[in-house]
Amino acid sequence: MSVSKPSKGLDLAAITQARLTTGARGRALTTREMLHFALDHARARDAVLSDLDMPACADALSRAGLETQLSASAAGDRRAFVQRPDLGRRLPQDQADTLAALPPCDVALVLGDGLSAIAAQLNGPGFLIALAARLAAQGLTTSPVILARQARVALGDGIAHAMGAQTVVMALGERPGLSAADSLGVYITQAPQPKTPDSARNCISNIREAGLSVQDAAAEAEALILRMRRFGLSGVALAQRQALPED
Amino acid sequence: MAYQCDLGGTRFRFPSLKTLLARATPERSGDHLAGVAAETPLERVAAQMALANVPLTDFLDDVLEVDGDGITALIFDQQDAQAFAPIRSLTVGGFRDWLLAPETTGAVLRDLAPGLTPEMVAATSKLMRVQDLIAVSRKIEIVTRFRSTIGLAGRLSTRNQPNHPTDDSQGIALSALDGLMMGAGDAVIGVNPATDSVADFIRICDVLDVIRSELDVPTQTCCLGHVTTALDAMQADAPVDLVFQSIAGSDKANDGFGVTLAMLDDAHEAVRALGRAPDGANLMYFETGQGAALSAEAHFDMDQQTMEARAYAVARRYRPLLVNTVVGFIGPEYLADGKQILRAGLEDHFCGKLLGLPMGVDICYTNHSWADQDDMDHLLVSLAAAGVSFVITVPGADDIMLNYQSLAFHDAQFIRDTLGHPPAPEFADWMARIGIGEQGVTLPTLETALGRLRLPAA
Repeated sequence: MSVSKPSKGLDLAAITQARLTTGARGRALTTREMLHFALDHARARDAVLSDLDMPACADALSRAGLETQLSASAAGDRRAFVQRPDLGRRLPQDQADTLAALPPCDVALVLGDGLSAIAAQLNGPGFLIALAARLAAQGLTTSPVILARQARVALGDGIAHAMGAQTVVMALGERPGLSAADSLGVYITQAPQPKTPDSARNCISNIREAGLSVQDAAAEAEALILRMRRFGLSGVALAQRQALPED
Repeated sequence: MAYQCDLGGTRFRFPSLKTLLARATPERSGDHLAGVAAETPLERVAAQMALANVPLTDFLDDVLEVDGDGITALIFDQQDAQAFAPIRSLTVGGFRDWLLAPETTGAVLRDLAPGLTPEMVAATSKLMRVQDLIAVSRKIEIVTRFRSTIGLAGRLSTRNQPNHPTDDSQGIALSALDGLMMGAGDAVIGVNPATDSVADFIRICDVLDVIRSELDVPTQTCCLGHVTTALDAMQADAPVDLVFQSIAGSDKANDGFGVTLAMLDDAHEAVRALGRAPDGANLMYFETGQGAALSAEAHFDMDQQTMEARAYAVARRYRPLLVNTVVGFIGPEYLADGKQILRAGLEDHFCGKLLGLPMGVDICYTNHSWADQDDMDHLLVSLAAAGVSFVITVPGADDIMLNYQSLAFHDAQFIRDTLGHPPAPEFADWMARIGIGEQGVTLPTLETALGRLRLPAA
């Protein structure tokens, strides 16, 4: 076994974000450490419990020329949303009827609160503006951005179905950790069905200021969408298709 | 068979034992999600009253009611009629009273374990308050051994869990060293890998083995990858002390984990053949958790706590060194808040111990649960009183890879300071030799300790 050289002047923070013990051992956490932890937890709880600021999102999107449409899952409030994932995946019939009246499109764009409305608000508009421009340049039509409250990933399937879109992009806040509450996740599905398994989706995660940039994420999403539409499938099946030689 | 209870002129009917168990379960979100929970508090108590009158022999039938389920077959196969004989004539309620009686000692319970089925044990727990779960668990001593001896009465072991979001060797080593210098890791130093390749699995095993062997720590190490990855790594002669796997209570749920009993049999044999442990040592490590079967839609309308107890039938087939429930990890759709997590942790510990398992608990929660550090403190104190074999500990209670909060190394220290409960004797001796926890001894800094290790190149 080869051995790494012990390095001098190690920067521990560059190696790990773990909350290592820096002070004296054998005693309780200091007041400072205890309150720092409480602050991080409070930020995470805020991210989970807060509502998506629809007017602010709509405003940011409209400044880039994107229209918006409000929608919501069958989960009435945050508590129901958190405890009943089945309701957060379901699109009520009246919502479906409203969406069905929109003009047809190739790709449905959805921004949902997910488990962090803060992440959706901070990084959602930027990502969707960048992606919409890329898709337009490819000649694909996109829906108005559907701003969805109490939304789980699979809510996008019902939205796409109501609108007759072949591809759905669901951008939503990821479950916050203590170190980051602003992480956006994007799930893209080709030909979504009422019981689409997660294995039939492609996911881009950790989209945030200190992670993957909205521009890089949009480029990755565009490439995925073009391949999905070429082969008519997504998820694990797309990965297997890509493994075959190009025809 | 149908069950019923009359309360104030209302007849509550329960069409099967499985339904009765679900309706009798103390409130939790997962059973509502599954649509099997009691609809009102009155219905729940009616179910508990009916359950108290059910003869234990009713549990010798197929409670899950799924033809061909391999875990049901395993449960029947394990059940020892002779061991069951002393309680054969009891009802569920009578069994609770019997468990709490002073004459029912730990030795009696150890002999009883092979006679019990998971469903009997789960049923009884539904009639027990928190203090009952603690009182009975405390009587039971389940001792397992590898390089350290885990589960001795009056002791509390810890898993040192140095996870890192990219499995960085130095990052893992820093957290592991931090824990060791806090006296954490006598149950196992165990990493949940972020990556799933065999090469990374082997590298993580190497990193952990270097730490253990260079510091001469009387403990064992584990990379908690999939059992098939462990099999590949063992073929490549990786230093695998323990084989790990997540397990659940039905064949279909285990399919969701990509695991079968045959795979576990192979892995158990392979790790024994490596010969790293003393003769007779315990070589497997399992994790479980309420809600695992439901999340795989493999619960068959059985309540999540009874499904959890069924997973222990899988565990006990392998005489494991360690088993723990990851009680608050799976999320608020299964256990909504601190109150539900507290009870579930004590139930799982009770059921595991009564079935003869070396039961530990990952005392933990996620950020979308209605829970915080105060709830974890309550559960830790209760589990220490109940004689929990081990708990999971991470730096500062923050698992930076799995993004949830478990206990801090400091929290185990808190129990030692307030209640006693030293670690495994071999590990306590090692700590004394190094001076860990001793007044006036200056331990190396983390930078120095890391610099001294001859870690494998990444």
